[in-house]
Amino acid sequence: MKRKIPVIITSLVGTVLILSVFFPPAERMGEDFSIFFDIIAVFAFFLGGGNLVRIHGNKIYKKARDWGFSAVTLAGFFLMLAAGLFKIANPGGIAADVTAQGSLFQMLYDWIFNPLGASMYALLAFYVASASYRAFRAKNKEATILLIAAFIILLGRTPLGVYATAWIPEQFSLMQIPNLAIWIMTAPNLAGQRAIMIGIALGVISMSLRLILGVERTYLGTDNE
Amino acid sequence: MTRGELMAYLVIVAVVLLLAFAVPKPISFSTTVSYIIVGFIALVLLIIFVRTIQGNMVGRRIVFLFVGMAVILPLFMTISQPIPLSPEVKQVYDAVVALKPGSKVLVSFDYDPPSAPELQPMAETFFRLCLSRDLKIVIMGLWPQGPQQAEIAMRKTLEYPEIASKNLRYGIDYVNLGFQTGNEFVIQRMGGDFKSMFPTDLNGTAYDSLPLVRNVRNFSNIDYAFHLSAGYPGTVEWVQVAVDRYGLKMGAGNTAVQTTQMYPYLRARQLVGLLGGLNGAAEFERAADMIGKATKFMVSQSFSHIIVIAFIIIGNAAFFLGDKSRKRKQEAAGGGH
Repeated sequence: MKRKIPVIITSLVGTVLILSVFFPPAERMGEDFSIFFDIIAVFAFFLGGGNLVRIHGNKIYKKARDWGFSAVTLAGFFLMLAAGLFKIANPGGIAADVTAQGSLFQMLYDWIFNPLGASMYALLAFYVASASYRAFRAKNKEATILLIAAFIILLGRTPLGVYATAWIPEQFSLMQIPNLAIWIMTAPNLAGQRAIMIGIALGVISMSLRLILGVERTYLGTDNE
Repeated sequence: MTRGELMAYLVIVAVVLLLAFAVPKPISFSTTVSYIIVGFIALVLLIIFVRTIQGNMVGRRIVFLFVGMAVILPLFMTISQPIPLSPEVKQVYDAVVALKPGSKVLVSFDYDPPSAPELQPMAETFFRLCLSRDLKIVIMGLWPQGPQQAEIAMRKTLEYPEIASKNLRYGIDYVNLGFQTGNEFVIQRMGGDFKSMFPTDLNGTAYDSLPLVRNVRNFSNIDYAFHLSAGYPGTVEWVQVAVDRYGLKMGAGNTAVQTTQMYPYLRARQLVGLLGGLNGAAEFERAADMIGKATKFMVSQSFSHIIVIAFIIIGNAAFFLGDKSRKRKQEAAGGGH
């Protein structure tokens, strides 16, 4: 029973959601079923928060390696949680919106979360440059093609690319680097992306059918009845 | 972290604080000084190239230093760069200017602060263009931080004199419906009824109390949608549900890394226009004749691209020349046997 009930629920929901796309009378049922997603998402929020506290709490308790970072994580988590839940320093009080200007939550968002998030992403530029220098080599035919394509795309986004090929006459404008970059994006890239998308779609259809028909049961775990 | 590294970080923080508080007005290099700096960096890169050919590879910290300079120094320079307009960006602009005053535009903010440097300039220019043409904006988000990013962009937009002079009112000219969890299921249910997903706006005002959206039942009441995306749920989900099933006319602004995935939708006309990364944002500013942050940041991005290109060339030169020298040594060693 422990395995049969989830399989029945999966089959039922999957079938209704497919029917809701192809049969208008079942459309409303599909929308109703999708409400379950919201209910499950609420549990996921609790589960995610609980898991974060458990893992980092354990690290601090055991004084594991780099436990200081865990302490910062938990301090940030609880501070944001308290600022949002109790609407600390909110000009409109507890009834007002959590993101009201002047509230502690909004100040933490504007002055700490926002710049920290952007800084984390900005670090990528340094690692990409370093990785390109050390690993982006024309070692073989495939790598050379990739390198040339990347070169044209990068140059096409810079003034160097514009100036370097500005002398090419208008009738051969495709050979100008910015236009060549656009062509790479709209022709070879498009073909590759379509192939990947069709492949993924076929995989999703086959996996969905396996799930609906109860053939695929690995999502139930390895626990035997 | 070693004591030396800690000291280096503290020195950097001290210099930044000193610059922030001690410098009375923003630093700006003249065009001549800017070109001298560019020439100096090019010269140092040439020296690195020669040294690499001689077999002396540079460490990654040198690469980091160059990228840092390439990103920071152009912010103080007074040089600009040509920004060619691509067809996909022009499509977004054309779609917006084709709308009649009073048309309703839905903008979904599906990103968070890490992607803001690329997507926030797009949002600001899009808002500015829409509001200057008397279009009505309905904001929402499938990412929790999205509506807050929208608030930041809207505050900035409302400061522009031509927008401020219109005395726009919340709830009548623009509205922020806030975040709703549920990913593509939210889009699916919005196809039936917006109110079922957003019973109140971001401030807790009831949906029916907002004059702008009171008569907006589903996507059929929206004239154009613009979607800002940095991942999942994102443009793919909007196209698959809102565009394909409900026939929404939609354009998108994406981070540069995921722009390549959107071209199939653009070619199939499921997307009406696409802004890709900071470059797309700068092109959009040019198309709308509203030069802003993206155009300024583009110089930084171009410089860093050139630095990356230079280091790829240097790295490959070292690889091939090192390979040749290895082969020569092997041949010499083989000849000795």
